[in-house]
Amino acid sequence: MRLARGIEAALPPVLALLATAVLFAAFLGLSGTDPRAAYGLIWLGAFGTAFSWQNTLLRAAPLLLTGLCTALPAQLGLVIIGGEGAFVLGALAAAAVGLKLAATGMAPVGIDGAMALAAMAAGGVVIALSGALRHWRGVNETISSLLLAYIAIAVMNQLVEGVLRDPASLNKPSTRALPDALMLGAIPTGSLPISVHVGLLFGLIACLLAYGLIFHTTFGFATRMVGGNLRAARMAGLPVGRLILIVTALGGAAAGLAGMVEVAAVQGAASADIAAGYGFTGILVAFLARQNPLAIIPVAVLLGGIDASGGLLEQRLDLPDATIQVLRGLLFLSLLTVEALQGRLRLAELLRWRRAPAVAQAVNATVSGP
Amino acid sequence: MEPALEVVGMSKRFGGFAALDAVSLRVAAGGVHALIGENGAGKSTLVKCIMGYYRADAGAVLLAGREVEIRNPREAHRAGIGMVYQHFTLVPAMSVLENLALARGLPRGRIDWRGERARLAGFLATMPFAVPLERPVAALSAGERQKAEILKQLYLDARILILDEPTSVLTPQEADEILTLLRAMARAGQITVMMITHKFREVLAFADTVSVLRRGRLVGGGAVASLDADAMAALMIGEQSVAASAARGTDARGTVRLVLDDLTATDAAGAPALRGVSLSVHGGEIVGIAGVSGNGQSTLVEVLAGQRRARGGRMTVQGEAFHASRREVMRHRIALLPEEPLRNACVAAMSVAENMAFRVFDRPPMARGPLLRRGQIRAAAERLIARYNVRTSSPMAPIGTLSGGNVQRAVLARELGGAVDLLIAANPVFGLDFVAVADIHAQILAARNRGAAVLLVSEDLDELLELADRILVMSEGRITFETTAAEADRRLIGRHMAGHH
Repeated sequence: MRLARGIEAALPPVLALLATAVLFAAFLGLSGTDPRAAYGLIWLGAFGTAFSWQNTLLRAAPLLLTGLCTALPAQLGLVIIGGEGAFVLGALAAAAVGLKLAATGMAPVGIDGAMALAAMAAGGVVIALSGALRHWRGVNETISSLLLAYIAIAVMNQLVEGVLRDPASLNKPSTRALPDALMLGAIPTGSLPISVHVGLLFGLIACLLAYGLIFHTTFGFATRMVGGNLRAARMAGLPVGRLILIVTALGGAAAGLAGMVEVAAVQGAASADIAAGYGFTGILVAFLARQNPLAIIPVAVLLGGIDASGGLLEQRLDLPDATIQVLRGLLFLSLLTVEALQGRLRLAELLRWRRAPAVAQAVNATVSGP
Repeated sequence: MEPALEVVGMSKRFGGFAALDAVSLRVAAGGVHALIGENGAGKSTLVKCIMGYYRADAGAVLLAGREVEIRNPREAHRAGIGMVYQHFTLVPAMSVLENLALARGLPRGRIDWRGERARLAGFLATMPFAVPLERPVAALSAGERQKAEILKQLYLDARILILDEPTSVLTPQEADEILTLLRAMARAGQITVMMITHKFREVLAFADTVSVLRRGRLVGGGAVASLDADAMAALMIGEQSVAASAARGTDARGTVRLVLDDLTATDAAGAPALRGVSLSVHGGEIVGIAGVSGNGQSTLVEVLAGQRRARGGRMTVQGEAFHASRREVMRHRIALLPEEPLRNACVAAMSVAENMAFRVFDRPPMARGPLLRRGQIRAAAERLIARYNVRTSSPMAPIGTLSGGNVQRAVLARELGGAVDLLIAANPVFGLDFVAVADIHAQILAARNRGAAVLLVSEDLDELLELADRILVMSEGRITFETTAAEADRRLIGRHMAGHH
């Protein structure tokens, strides 16, 4: 039963992936590239070698967290697409706090902790603002979170080019670099020739915690009630506004933490480079994972892999930079199409009908009306 | 007399389930034929097969003795069969004139409204009743709308009129008026009527012949004169045993449990729906609220359920101010049976077991601290499913996959499974079969006999007359009339329901 439902839930993303593979092959064929060669390179660049695995996991790490920024509010029935804003503000807050505290001589672990907290608070506030606008003012949360993301990016640019600017960064404004002692280390991998920063662990743990929160706590139960039927949740007397604030803040905090990792493990400073689209790719990750926090893990690895293979694809086949963007766009479109068609095809129901006529009969016998 | 409409050996299966099993019936020209049966007996399926919505697996439709093939509703209309639905199908924002012209089909390009108006006025002159042509449908009363629906079918040249529970949204007076008109037209040979109903009173007063369906089979019928209500009920229910209606305990009115004081609220569109409702309900009594649907009852229930905020006034439960919070509902042991339980009280995508835990999921034994104990939730659900006879493939099946009656039973199990001091129920048996109705009524009476205060909102006056100790009539957002059940006068209540007071 459980397995059947799992397969049913996984069906749309799998169909979308297949459709994307066909469409992308057609696109490559039209632009004069051999699709087989391209797919071979994507595989090689994503999962073919230890080095490509390292690349893939490095890119998957932020996606795990930004995916949660869409997937957690989705449990409430909210469609949040502003993870990029939380990511950027998280990065900015982490850099500002890190640089400030580094001057005090505090222990690096403590500073990193403070940076993470500041990043999560910044990200949490911006997404919770979308949730609050939705609940108390009826503003569409999808639009407001997207607009807030643009505001967040503008705020970062303003500060990075203004008060936080490192005078030494001439033609590419950025904050001063964090001291090396504050940079996050790699996950110990023993003899494996792979080096991935601990941000990946943060992401994995966050996904597991989110799954536990949603499906194994009373808080998650209440959240799913609000998301499934607001009227029923109100009838049960649940504090809807508070649930919306907390869950959207948690989603934003996850994306904010990803921003902190980007600063403290990858870039070393906050600059315009931070807004590289991890927040937006997180939307795709959450939708492909059907908003399930556990499913985010394999999906983030898959999309991280696609991202990682982009460079190889572009160099070897002499394809333009945007090729991987086309692939990502096709994937999102296919997914939305499959989801839209799903209600009409009812494949799963047809299968059930055949398998269990006795149950169908029992159900039918009690149906009111025809 | 020559049958105007004859159905021969009609069968229809859905998967493994026989919705109709070789049903045959004849309706005499100029007659009024009633089709009765429990929910799920096949009445709607039969009518939909006649109208061509469904293709019957076997059987034929004969009109005036000639077999006709009806593959879709358009062909049914062309053959002279018109159908009036339970719910209105006119466009509310358009006038009656526009609606009727639209139904006839409009020419391309410019519409000759003067011509349409003249044609319709000529048509109306031949009809025994009229509706204001220029008024938007939204501004008509329910009775006028139902007349407009009937006029629409007649304007489309329907000679055979099929009506699906035509009086369910009308006051008793409106219902009587419309059925009288229809019967007069049938007597005059203008139309032949077949109506689905569940009100024996209407069958006995207005129909010439009746057919009774049970589980897809024709189980009896004939001239109404040869049957009485008990005989029809016996045919409808068959061998099933109906829970004996619970004995009304001694009238031991307890302390006051629920007080509403000058409560005001708006509906979803922001229009005033409650215009100062004051009432009180004591322990050990059932207070019924009667009214034609759309007079504020559903808003009242939403406010009590916490789904809508009151604009003004006070709610008091057991002497304390009440805001429908989870803690208050728990402390005062309030149970709620809202109408349309799947929409109001369930999360369709969550399992039956989870839905049954809505009231208690955050308390031991369902929860240990912040953690959910899914085994306990499931075990409790299994007990409730057995005790309340909920038919589901598994406690883990999404509740949205259950039939309406079983969703209702699941909610009933959740709400009445524990001790109850105050019960608020809104149309709790709408759309359920006889056995389920008797069962739920017995449960409500039992709650009252145990000392619970019950507020019962219902559009079915018979239900209120059977269950309530006191009946209040709600009209245009106010309580306009109050009577004890013992002294209740149908006609008087009906007048107040219609807004004459």
